[in-house]
Amino acid sequence: MTSAGTNPDVVVIGGGNAALCAAITAAEAGARVLILEAAPKPYRGGNSRHTRNFRCMHQGPLGPLVDSYTEEEYLADLLKVTGGKTHEGLARLAIRTSEACLPWMEEHGVRFQPSLSGTLSLARTNAFFLGGGKGLVNAYYRTAERLGVEVVYEAQVTHLELDEDRITYVDYIRDGQIHRVTAKSVVVAAGGFQADTDWLARAWGPAARNFLIRGTPYNRGVVLADLLAQDIAQVGDPTQCHAVAIDGRAPKFDGGIVTRLDCVPFSIVVNKDAERFYDEGEDVWPKRYAIWGRLVAAQPDQVGYVIIDAKSLNLFMPSVFPPIKADTLEELAGKLDLPAEALAETVATFNAACGDTSGFHPTELDGVATTGLTPPKTNWARPITEPPFYGYSLRTGVTFTYLGLKVDENAQCAIGDRPVRNLWAAGETMAGSILGQGYLAGFGMTIGTVFGRIAGKEAAAHAN
Amino acid sequence: MQTDLLQEARRQAEICNACRYCEGYCSVFPALHAERAFSDGDLTQLANLCHNCRGCYYACQYTAPHEFDLNLPQALANVRQDSWEDLAFPRAAGKAFQKSGVMIALAAVIGFAFLFWAARALATQGGEGFYAVLSHNAMVAIFLPAFLFPLFSIAISLRRYWRQVGAQRLKAVHLVRAFGQAANMRNLKGGHGDGCNFEDGDRFSQGRRMAHQAVMYGFLLCFASTSVATVMHYVLNMPAPYPLWSLPKLLGVSGGLLLVVGCVEMVRLKLRADTLLGAQGAFGGEIAFVGLLGFVGLSGLVLYGLGQTAAMPVLLALHLGSVLALFLLTPFTKMAHGFYRLAALAADAQRQ
Repeated sequence: MTSAGTNPDVVVIGGGNAALCAAITAAEAGARVLILEAAPKPYRGGNSRHTRNFRCMHQGPLGPLVDSYTEEEYLADLLKVTGGKTHEGLARLAIRTSEACLPWMEEHGVRFQPSLSGTLSLARTNAFFLGGGKGLVNAYYRTAERLGVEVVYEAQVTHLELDEDRITYVDYIRDGQIHRVTAKSVVVAAGGFQADTDWLARAWGPAARNFLIRGTPYNRGVVLADLLAQDIAQVGDPTQCHAVAIDGRAPKFDGGIVTRLDCVPFSIVVNKDAERFYDEGEDVWPKRYAIWGRLVAAQPDQVGYVIIDAKSLNLFMPSVFPPIKADTLEELAGKLDLPAEALAETVATFNAACGDTSGFHPTELDGVATTGLTPPKTNWARPITEPPFYGYSLRTGVTFTYLGLKVDENAQCAIGDRPVRNLWAAGETMAGSILGQGYLAGFGMTIGTVFGRIAGKEAAAHAN
Repeated sequence: MQTDLLQEARRQAEICNACRYCEGYCSVFPALHAERAFSDGDLTQLANLCHNCRGCYYACQYTAPHEFDLNLPQALANVRQDSWEDLAFPRAAGKAFQKSGVMIALAAVIGFAFLFWAARALATQGGEGFYAVLSHNAMVAIFLPAFLFPLFSIAISLRRYWRQVGAQRLKAVHLVRAFGQAANMRNLKGGHGDGCNFEDGDRFSQGRRMAHQAVMYGFLLCFASTSVATVMHYVLNMPAPYPLWSLPKLLGVSGGLLLVVGCVEMVRLKLRADTLLGAQGAFGGEIAFVGLLGFVGLSGLVLYGLGQTAAMPVLLALHLGSVLALFLLTPFTKMAHGFYRLAALAADAQRQ
């Protein structure tokens, strides 16, 4: 290993968007940079691999973005989803800086494309990466390599040694061997802890063992736990994670975008006892998909079942697994392992509560609602009568966890009330500083890019 | 067609349709995203629309070792290759030559041997230059059928293709759009204009697009040279040989140079590219085809350079033998892809 390998100016822990933005920025400032990425090369990039866009403020048309999206509107959108649980100063910093990020991303190899089919609502606010997040990650690795950044894959960082207010060295395991890196500056961009099922179960409760993890299996929170154990300042609710309802047949890890199901508004959703438990038509799906993760998590065995009939099959985006199909509800119940009589009764009760469906409109709140039903279905309530019938199982899919490292506007970590002199954090691992709850599409990449660049700049300045 | 190849392409297309991240790379994805279910004809059309630029493979979060194991460039290349074999007329010839470099080489050798025989058997005393070796009438007698048969064969294949993919009545506007896209190889630009991924993993480059266009335009210039010479011979009563500053020579020499440079570069790129992202088992057939095409260009140039020497009769037989093999094999080698590609682009123009 070269000298940069054990004794770099800046060591970046993590290999996703935030880590790469930090590494590139630091290298451009003249620092010798080492990236320690826990994943093997094909899985590099953390959850950034699964992302698709970047929420970006803009005064006028910018790159693929149309019209304008002001700081105030962006902040209002954010406050809506976080219910006010937001550090406004850092949020404004992220929002304001996002506009300059887009051209920076293009200069560093990222390419954009028009809003994808089926995502028109985001054409103004979110810039889509051509090829998605892995395309972005590939471009950044190319750029980083050109700048002389050294990357070690399968490097699992186990410990950062804190001496008063400085990190003195970083230990990582690779091929069963412990390696020690002494760097002037350390940037942590290693994500949350959602892939550590035991930790998730301790935080959330045993039900979390049945959750699926939508992203990388490498975000196990090892670095986060190590730093918190050394009293580095933390932020975010340690018990909470962002979760959505996804196809129950998805793999335990890394299922990503294709496992999402958009059919809930046109369905009834029942639990394993074939009972409904929530208003499926409360709002349009993009505004409601996040609460369904929790709703399903609260059901027995953390599982739900979506039931639709033939007339609704083509109203939503296709997903990776075809639906379970049956000519009768009884047969469908058998295939889904649901009690057949109970399902027939639930559907019959629901159908009887449906009224005039002539106003049905799949993309608007149409007010086609049930009457006298508990829980009600307040939009898109059409009786389930037309065979064949289709079913999907639903499980809770965790996107990220909120617990993280508390940072200031320089992305710098703290211990007690003073900064750690050579430790910065970026991306998911500090996103809890801004996102107290909820999620805004594309905002994770904004946080990663903005704070990654800040962390890289500060880390390089400190090293020089 | 092979159902396992279609089934694998269908499995992958359904995953792509749930993701859509690659929409901007090429013509395949907007066409794919317009469907909900994929018939065999849909998959054949998508496969022939795919230019194997590989952008989607390197950007994909579901490639191996992920359990979804996506490799859309390979899945579509396999279907595409299979469709060419299956749609070929006669079908047996498609099966024999598409993938087999040995068979292509053998055909070329037979072409050489035939021309040597023809030169001996059909030589004329009165002819000048090349026609002293093989009379003009003999050349026409050999090459006219060798030119017309492939056209006939490909016409049948394209008709089959058009039916299989369920395309509608062809209009001029569809052809204009198809030729427009082929003229600048829009589908090898990667959507962003940086080119495609081929010879160096996920790095975008114009290398393959440039090599392809050198081959394509080189071939077209050579073809134009022959066409112009035919018109000069029959219509203007100006028989060969022609001087350097004549249209047939200018077109032929520049086309030959482009063709040779393009073929050499194409082989170089193919040797560096990951064969797992192309049609399985087709590598030998592709390399042999590019080799034959390059040999046609090279032998033509050498023949021009050494046409006044004693080597001329041998060179002429080699050149004409390779041309004969190339023409006759057109419907059964990679050469056919240009016709299917144009058909796919024209069919896609109907969708838009």
